[in-house]
Amino acid sequence: MKHAIELKVNGESYDLVVESHRTLLEVLRETLGLTGTKEACDLGSCGACTVLIGGQPALSCLTLALEVEGKEITTIEGLAENGRLHPVQKAFVEKGAVQCGYCNPGMVLTSKALLDSNPKPTEQEVRQAISGHLCRCTGFVKVVEAVLAASEALIDAN
Amino acid sequence: MSEFSIIGQRVPRADGPAKVTGEARYAADLQLPRLLIGKILGSPLPHARILNVDTSRAERLPGVKSVITGHDCVGARYGHLNFKEAFLDRQPLESEKVRYIGDNVAAVAALDEDTAEEALRLIKVDYEELPAVFTVEEAMAESAPLVHENLKGNVCRRIAFDFGDVDQAFADSYYVREDTFTTQAQAVATLETKACTASYESNGKLTVWPSSQSPTQVQFDLTRTLGIPSTDVRVILPYVGGAFGAKGGGISAMEYCAALLSMRTGRPVRMYLTREEDFNFAPLRHPCSIWLRTGVLRDGAIIARDAKVVLNGGAYNNIGPATILLTGIFLNLPYRYKTFRYRGVRYYTNNPVSGGIRGHGSPQVHLASDVQLDRIAEAIGMDPFDIRMRNALTAGETTLNGFKIVSSGFREALETVREKSGWREKKGKLPPNRGIGVGASGFPSGTGYRQTPDIPTYSSASVRLNADSSVSVLCSASDTGQGVDNLLVQIAAEELGVRMEDVHLVRADTDITPADLGNGSSRETVYAGNAVKRAAADLKQQLLVFAASKLEANSQDLEARLGKIYVKGSPDTFITFKELGFFAQYSTGGKNFVGQGFYDPPDKINYATYTFGAQVAEVEVDPETGQVEVLNMISAHDCGRPINPMAVEGQLEGSVHLGLGWATTEEVLLENGRELNPSYLNYKMLTAVDTPPVHVYHIVSNDPEGPFGAKEAGEGIVSPTAPSIANAVYNASGMMVESLPLTPEKVLGALQSKKAAISKEER
Repeated sequence: MKHAIELKVNGESYDLVVESHRTLLEVLRETLGLTGTKEACDLGSCGACTVLIGGQPALSCLTLALEVEGKEITTIEGLAENGRLHPVQKAFVEKGAVQCGYCNPGMVLTSKALLDSNPKPTEQEVRQAISGHLCRCTGFVKVVEAVLAASEALIDAN
Repeated sequence: MSEFSIIGQRVPRADGPAKVTGEARYAADLQLPRLLIGKILGSPLPHARILNVDTSRAERLPGVKSVITGHDCVGARYGHLNFKEAFLDRQPLESEKVRYIGDNVAAVAALDEDTAEEALRLIKVDYEELPAVFTVEEAMAESAPLVHENLKGNVCRRIAFDFGDVDQAFADSYYVREDTFTTQAQAVATLETKACTASYESNGKLTVWPSSQSPTQVQFDLTRTLGIPSTDVRVILPYVGGAFGAKGGGISAMEYCAALLSMRTGRPVRMYLTREEDFNFAPLRHPCSIWLRTGVLRDGAIIARDAKVVLNGGAYNNIGPATILLTGIFLNLPYRYKTFRYRGVRYYTNNPVSGGIRGHGSPQVHLASDVQLDRIAEAIGMDPFDIRMRNALTAGETTLNGFKIVSSGFREALETVREKSGWREKKGKLPPNRGIGVGASGFPSGTGYRQTPDIPTYSSASVRLNADSSVSVLCSASDTGQGVDNLLVQIAAEELGVRMEDVHLVRADTDITPADLGNGSSRETVYAGNAVKRAAADLKQQLLVFAASKLEANSQDLEARLGKIYVKGSPDTFITFKELGFFAQYSTGGKNFVGQGFYDPPDKINYATYTFGAQVAEVEVDPETGQVEVLNMISAHDCGRPINPMAVEGQLEGSVHLGLGWATTEEVLLENGRELNPSYLNYKMLTAVDTPPVHVYHIVSNDPEGPFGAKEAGEGIVSPTAPSIANAVYNASGMMVESLPLTPEKVLGALQSKKAAISKEER
């Protein structure tokens, strides 16, 4: 069954016709061409498909497109403003938390959401927050460093 | 002022912003007009003859644009080791037999993924099931069914070598010990599954974007298997989400199928695997058994080694014929000894294929070597570090297999981890159930094994002056996440004496960039790095002539640093690189300045050079549950010189993570050829809350062969992880680790048998 819905993604509205069973991940990538959100397991077990819904991390592979009509969806493409990297993105790059890059979009969004609600997390709290994100390249060492550095940068900026 | 301006700097990746913003396009992200989705049908049986493939219903399904089967692939033989015909043991789609569950049988291209999946379900394959073998014991049995008809005894390859009189050396030994170790299949499970987009255009040109480690080799293979000229095949490397050996060699079935489907439909075709498919498709780390006997003198010097390695190769070769050789020759590192006997066999079984995963045989044999060495040390009353120091290979030595050690920071690596881990304060003084252990290994940097003249092992590069005086580096080296892109820019910038911002890398594109075998065998730093360094040096020489004339000096009196060329000792008399570039081009009437370089190591048989590393692990063993908690990992790696310490650390930290998973939680569970846990839920990779603190240290040995003294940092340090943990577990609990992974069941079982043995003795 097809439904006409309006999705709000990165501050823009899209009028779409989607089938009931389409996941948000599929619609973002295939219909809207926003390929920054990755499919790595399609089962909710790796975090690579993470987007923010109402500012909270959500697994887009387990979310039906229909479910999120009317909600504010932020994908990785929506984080940088006018080409300027968000402090979390900047920290990931500067601290060497980027290797193959495939887990980064999900990790970055989760980290941003963490810092929005907990501006000065401990290392353990950072690890807990990103524990739903698998990564084969970094061993998480520099990811944690990046998030802690971003938290300092955000505090300094405010 | 440091010797170098750019080498040794912690440089963020140039492609970092693209990756953290989602702009980076991986193979399955590419959007092309009229794109079709392709999927491959795998066999449901581990061993069967293909009697008939009926694709008629699939072809009639609306939305299906092309269906291909084994008939479309007859004669298109491929294999990872594509230089020897006998090793080309696969067709992209099998036409005679399937040899493992998931073996490739047919492929479709359709308008969307749902239609493609439905089409696969409509393909009717008639199989004649055959008896199958799954374990090495079954494979080698007297009248075992043959996985490959012409290969007797299911033997893929036997390797034997003998150096010196091993038996005499054992007789002369003060102490001899033998052990058998077994290790499990590990799936590297890269976050990006195998993917490929192919586009065949009406002018006869095929462009392929594969998620691959070797674009040059993919082009070579496609040219050969499709029977079209290489000028019509263009392979462009997209961003790749990790490889670690799982996407190496030339083509896999996917590149061929995507290309052929595109040729048949005249439309671009995208293929990518689901996570479950990828667990099956990507090669696994070889499950392995190692029997090792070692003899030492009173002072701990190893004088005899006898090793038997058996690999379960799964259904096909992949890089396996090389793996069984490497498990022997890698035992030559990191210790010296006088006599050595090696017998290795790789068997075929009807299981998913094993290949060369990060470390490639080295982790398996170093587990055996280093765990045993600790037991030997204990028996003869030596500290584990002292026995390693006694036998450590140093610069200037040559191993029995002919490895010329031109640099070795092994002793320094051992000293570093001993000091940084607090070994002396902790060993023997830790609370109950806590232990500390050391592991060590060596690894080659780059393969020099001579292939045919058609596929050289060299790396070739150009460094080109652009019209605006910026510089482009062209090389087919493939960055699959490890950071070779940045590395080449750093090397070129340092050599030329310009800033990094002035240098741009043109990523692998077989129409444009000179050939490079690809990443694998930890070759890029030494091979591509040297090729680029030589190309940059060549360009610099060409330009210095013009600088000399402008500055009224001799070329040899000039120095270039961070974009300025000046007379040595008079830095105020300078010309900028930008000005020099314009002058050179204008004064010659538009000459195109290109520096050329290539690298082929002096040793044509073995490797260019070798790295060394050591790790110390601290663990706590829970005697009630058998759980092993790794509390701390201290690691030191001799990579010659870290060109980019931040990137090297990233590699070391990632390697330790992989080694930790292999040691403790990861295992591909197979039952009658079926993977029981092909998902991230049930294949346990360590998350951010499972990982202990990991501290890595750089050892600088300034290798004479590597560019600016650099050697590999991508694979070597996986190997010390498991033995350091195993040795720590022994220290904590008295349990001798003989097999991986170290599951709680195994540990508990071992502790309980120990308890039972002790109480039996006491009675």
